[in-house]
Amino acid sequence: MPHRKVGFGLRSIGATVVNGVWRLGYASRFFMMTLISSGASFRRIHLTIREIYFTGVMSLIIILVSGLFVGMVLGLQGYETLQKYGSESALGSLVALSLVRELGPVLAALLFASRAGSAITAEIGLMKATEQLSAMEMMAVDPISRVVAPRFWAGVISMPLLAAMFSAIGVFGGYLVGVVFIGVDEGSFWSQMQAAVDFRQDIVNGVIKSVVFGIAVTAIALFEGYDAPPTAEGVSHATTRTVVTSALVVLGLDFILTVFMFRGV
Amino acid sequence: MRASHIKEQILVPAENLVEISDLNFTYGKRPILKGINMKIPKGKLVAIMGLSGCGKTTTLRLIGGALKPTTGSVKVAGKEVSGLDKEALYKMRRKMGMLFQFGALFTDLSVYENVAFQMREHTDLPETVIRDLVMMKLHAVGLRGAHKLLPSELSGGMARRVALARAIALDPMLMMYDEPFAGLDPISLSVIGNLIRHLNDALGATSIIVTHDIQESLKIVDYVYFMADGVVVAEGSAEDIKASKLPYVHQFVWGEIDGPVSFHYPSPPYRKDLLLESVNAA
Repeated sequence: MPHRKVGFGLRSIGATVVNGVWRLGYASRFFMMTLISSGASFRRIHLTIREIYFTGVMSLIIILVSGLFVGMVLGLQGYETLQKYGSESALGSLVALSLVRELGPVLAALLFASRAGSAITAEIGLMKATEQLSAMEMMAVDPISRVVAPRFWAGVISMPLLAAMFSAIGVFGGYLVGVVFIGVDEGSFWSQMQAAVDFRQDIVNGVIKSVVFGIAVTAIALFEGYDAPPTAEGVSHATTRTVVTSALVVLGLDFILTVFMFRGV
Repeated sequence: MRASHIKEQILVPAENLVEISDLNFTYGKRPILKGINMKIPKGKLVAIMGLSGCGKTTTLRLIGGALKPTTGSVKVAGKEVSGLDKEALYKMRRKMGMLFQFGALFTDLSVYENVAFQMREHTDLPETVIRDLVMMKLHAVGLRGAHKLLPSELSGGMARRVALARAIALDPMLMMYDEPFAGLDPISLSVIGNLIRHLNDALGATSIIVTHDIQESLKIVDYVYFMADGVVVAEGSAEDIKASKLPYVHQFVWGEIDGPVSFHYPSPPYRKDLLLESVNAA
């Protein structure tokens, strides 16, 4: 009897591993096909612009409101800590570096996954469930080229712009709390920030992070939608998987990128 | 039933647009199609009938190249469909139209844009010409006045008619209908039935209807293939099918509750499931 249980357990682990590897391979192939089929996204740029509106512009409200509050909290918490050491004037650099290096790209990507990623998965999953993708194939139109690739590039383009706006409004939130409400000196707030933030080291690295997160989140959302079983339950699970997987991948990638970008700084 | 005289009348004179020979198809280890043979002559309207799950839609998908046969051959216009690469398959599909069971309209596009979709994708026609063509297609299905509506604003019958207009957008040589009558009210049913027949004749196309709606389809088709459990069990004209004495076909045509197709799914004895046998034994 115990032998049977061990055998069953091993078979179950084996099946999980095989399924995982198969799915990873399928996802990689899907990603490659998306890149190969990207020509139409740029030749017919209106398709991509339309998707930038839906994924980028429609995410602006949640990004801006969240960015403002995160910046305001950073201003408050930063002031509380810095004033203990008489360094309130460094508030500007603390807020800006936190946002540009980490919080901007990471939080914007997490919000992007929740708002736009889940919407992309649900939309493509429903297109599959209602045979719209099959209809497109039967009309000799490649769904990867017509539906997937424009959404992919829209996500990749939108993500760094959203992260930049998150950071910018966050800095404004920090300014609002630190300078306007608490009374930190405005000149030192901006000058310290200007002196501390390096364009190459901080801004460019932040942009690189947000581009990588944009690729990861959009690719995951598209794959989950395309691979979703064509049922209500299947689309629902795929949407959940998009948000959970994207969040874990963004946080994991952030650690890896941070190790390479800011090691020894 | 083997209506050989009808078959000769209908199938021999015309050249066949679709030829299916010894076609087998399996999903994993489950056989779906078991050695079927069909010939669809040019210009004819042919129905593939049978119960849900008998392999009708799979046959249609094999003709359209969405699936590849396990063994056997599917030829469209003389070309082996499974042997075509993606580019050649897409080239062939431009000459095919397909009406999906529930229309499969693009929900983010208006009626007009749905019908114009293929024209925009596959031609460089100027917008004024596209507009005229779209209006002509919509006029043919009686929905010219609905061109600004979104699919969510259409009834089931209207959506099916828009999908039909979209399917004939590029004047296909082969039209495929997957359950075109499913879920329609009697008026819409007649409208769709008449449109399928009328458009087939007007376009000079060849049509294949996959359906289990016996009454409506027998009014309009030229020939019927009857499938059960992955094989063609009968074929002939609509009259032959209606007059068939084959138990399976008779049960299907007259909607009898019991017959070769049992009312009950295979199950253990009823008394055993109700636990009466064990109680009695005790």
